[in-house]
Amino acid sequence: MKKNKSRTRFIISGLLPAILFYTIFMVYPTISVFVESLYKTGGLSGKKTFVGLNNFRLLLEDETFIRAFQNTIFLIVIVTIVTMFMAIFLAAVLTRENLKGQNFARTILYIPNILSIAVVASIFAAIFGMDTGLINGLGRLFNPETWQNIPFLGDRKLVVYSIAFAMIWQAVGYYMVMYMSTMSQIPEQLYEAASLDGASKIRQFFDITLPLSWETVRTTLTFYVISNINIAFQIVKALTGGGPDGASMTLLNYQYEQAYTNSSFGYGLAIGVVVFLFSFILTAIIHRGTKRDIVQF
Amino acid sequence: MKNWKKLISLILVLVLAFSLVACGGSDEPETADEPAAEEPAEEPAADEADEEEADTDEEAEEEPAAEGDFAGKTLRVYGLDGGYGTKGWLDVIAAFEEATGATVEAKFEKNIYDVARPEIQAGSPPDVLYNSLGQEGALTETMIKEDMLLDLTDVFESEVFGEDIILKDKLIAGAVDTSLTNPYGDGKTYLAPLFYSPTGLWYNKALFTEGGGDYELPTTMDEFIALGEQAAEDDIALFTYPTTGYFDTFSFALMHEVGGTELFDKLMNFDPDAWANEATPIFETIGSILEYVEPNTVSQANNELFTNNQLAVMQNKALFMPNGTWIIGEMADAKAADGFEWGFMALPAMEDGGDRYAFSWLEQAFIPADAAEPELAKAFISYLYSDEAVELFVNNTIVNEEGEEVPSPAVQPVLGVEEFITDEDNKLFYSIYNDGVKAAMGGFAAAPAVEGVDFQAELFDSINSVASGEETVEEWQASVVDAATKISEAME
Repeated sequence: MKKNKSRTRFIISGLLPAILFYTIFMVYPTISVFVESLYKTGGLSGKKTFVGLNNFRLLLEDETFIRAFQNTIFLIVIVTIVTMFMAIFLAAVLTRENLKGQNFARTILYIPNILSIAVVASIFAAIFGMDTGLINGLGRLFNPETWQNIPFLGDRKLVVYSIAFAMIWQAVGYYMVMYMSTMSQIPEQLYEAASLDGASKIRQFFDITLPLSWETVRTTLTFYVISNINIAFQIVKALTGGGPDGASMTLLNYQYEQAYTNSSFGYGLAIGVVVFLFSFILTAIIHRGTKRDIVQF
Repeated sequence: MKNWKKLISLILVLVLAFSLVACGGSDEPETADEPAAEEPAEEPAADEADEEEADTDEEAEEEPAAEGDFAGKTLRVYGLDGGYGTKGWLDVIAAFEEATGATVEAKFEKNIYDVARPEIQAGSPPDVLYNSLGQEGALTETMIKEDMLLDLTDVFESEVFGEDIILKDKLIAGAVDTSLTNPYGDGKTYLAPLFYSPTGLWYNKALFTEGGGDYELPTTMDEFIALGEQAAEDDIALFTYPTTGYFDTFSFALMHEVGGTELFDKLMNFDPDAWANEATPIFETIGSILEYVEPNTVSQANNELFTNNQLAVMQNKALFMPNGTWIIGEMADAKAADGFEWGFMALPAMEDGGDRYAFSWLEQAFIPADAAEPELAKAFISYLYSDEAVELFVNNTIVNEEGEEVPSPAVQPVLGVEEFITDEDNKLFYSIYNDGVKAAMGGFAAAPAVEGVDFQAELFDSINSVASGEETVEEWQASVVDAATKISEAME
């Protein structure tokens, strides 16, 4: 009995600091976001007026908010799908095949993920530039007379694809490494047995590699949604500022603009609430939708 | 062996603890780009936590400060490390410390608006904040809307620190008459005007008759557009702009040209009627100029690539761009076309014989209402206009990309300041008003925040859409009138 009590006390005292920090820095701010979104406030002086759900009503009528929502959904869908496919494919290739320069490829593919977003933005500004950009410059090299600069960051429809491309480039390495660690744990015998049975490499991928890594893929789907929302904010802020004229505005960018530049802190937080609920529900749906029987070796 | 292990463990722990302490003083905001836990990272939420967490340090020094007796006191000055750099400020601060015996704790950052915000929220703001309206994060605008500024009217009605002249009389006409300094329209001054710099249209002198070229400098808008046709034949665009934000000075000058200070005041107070009717020539003029805009402009009109737009003028791809006097220092290292020389002119008049205007940029500094040392702060603000400070500011230099110190005068809006300027380029720019060109100054009136309505975005960001043909001038004007209506309703 005595041993149990002192052990319980020890466990609690060990957990207490972490629980305290978690409550203060994670739970409390989240709750206060929900509470403050019911107020109209400038955010600096603490003066606020209670307006109930008015901020949310205004959101529904706000064209820029709708456009930001569309852009965000577009980015989440496109970037997730492309990144996931590329990461799984690359991970499978780098784990299963014994290519020359495998380690080198792994490093190169991972580097974009450790770069700060400001650096990523500079890189893509140089790639997407006009006369002096990489792509337009190459085009002019091969077609000096008739090359028309492609406005990667100037065309309303093209700019979101440019942002998506930058995000994919930045994210692939991270997920590839994660999948690689799962895939490298799959025992070699399974593959040997399969190839003895006459299964091709592609067959092996779909029947062995993929099902056994599925749990990891499911977990990363949650990461995708959240980090895409996050990284999109940073890249848009650094690269296009939401332009041209709001074409690349995302939810978090709009939140920042309303909360700070437009001094409508409560309104910005209402957008934050929408983002929170949206990502929560989306993640839940994805999680349910991808549930499979767990396959183990 | 065991003792060795213990010793090494102890050393490692000390190294860890020491590195944590060393990292504690960093001012850099951390960009977290790993996928976070369940909750999306909410920046406003983190600020909320800080507000509750930090104890409000009220350094309430109770000793009554006798006028002029500041020895031993500490003044906290926060400022933007912007286009003018910090050398002038640091020199002036050193001189102020010597003159008063006070100590000044200065902090200048490129993102001072982010750095100061949490401290202001926590109730321990700096005593003096040099952060102008129109900066990112709208810190000053928000503080105005929340009545967090100290009334400075008495500073301007009293003598300049250490001199006999009343500060108001020393300033150039109109410096403390605009919404930039009197945001509530009640005649009280809350922001000190600093560093006025004229803005206008910049061009390559070598392309025009004054520099040996073929084109004639246009004096009216009709001539301006005709020049666009002429230049198009030589494959040169008439116009470019760094980002749409740079249109503020252009349109403010244009507003004065269309309807004088009367129209300007109405527009700055979001009068929907004025925006819908009297302002139409403004939209139409900009619309017709945009038809001759350099094709790469819109794609490069962002933070990363805007210098390419500025470079277009230097490489004879475009004739004119709106900009301010900092452009010379900013593009000092850029590769210009042969024979390139900066030219600078006011906006062409609306019609023959009309007034030409050049808008003057004014920066601002202010004292937060709950500053710890308001009297010392007021003395500091007053000192900024003294002859010593004016001279030190004019002799300001910045370090360019090659590490060279180049002059970058920060010119206080005091009468006769041109005497202090020695750099030829800048002497030229500050005498722009000598040719009958009128000075336009001012900015938007402080308006209550309206959710979802960002007036400046409606007015200026749309220019990108008009330039690329996505939006017509009528649609643009309609959206601006809409925004003006919403704001003026909120103002009542």
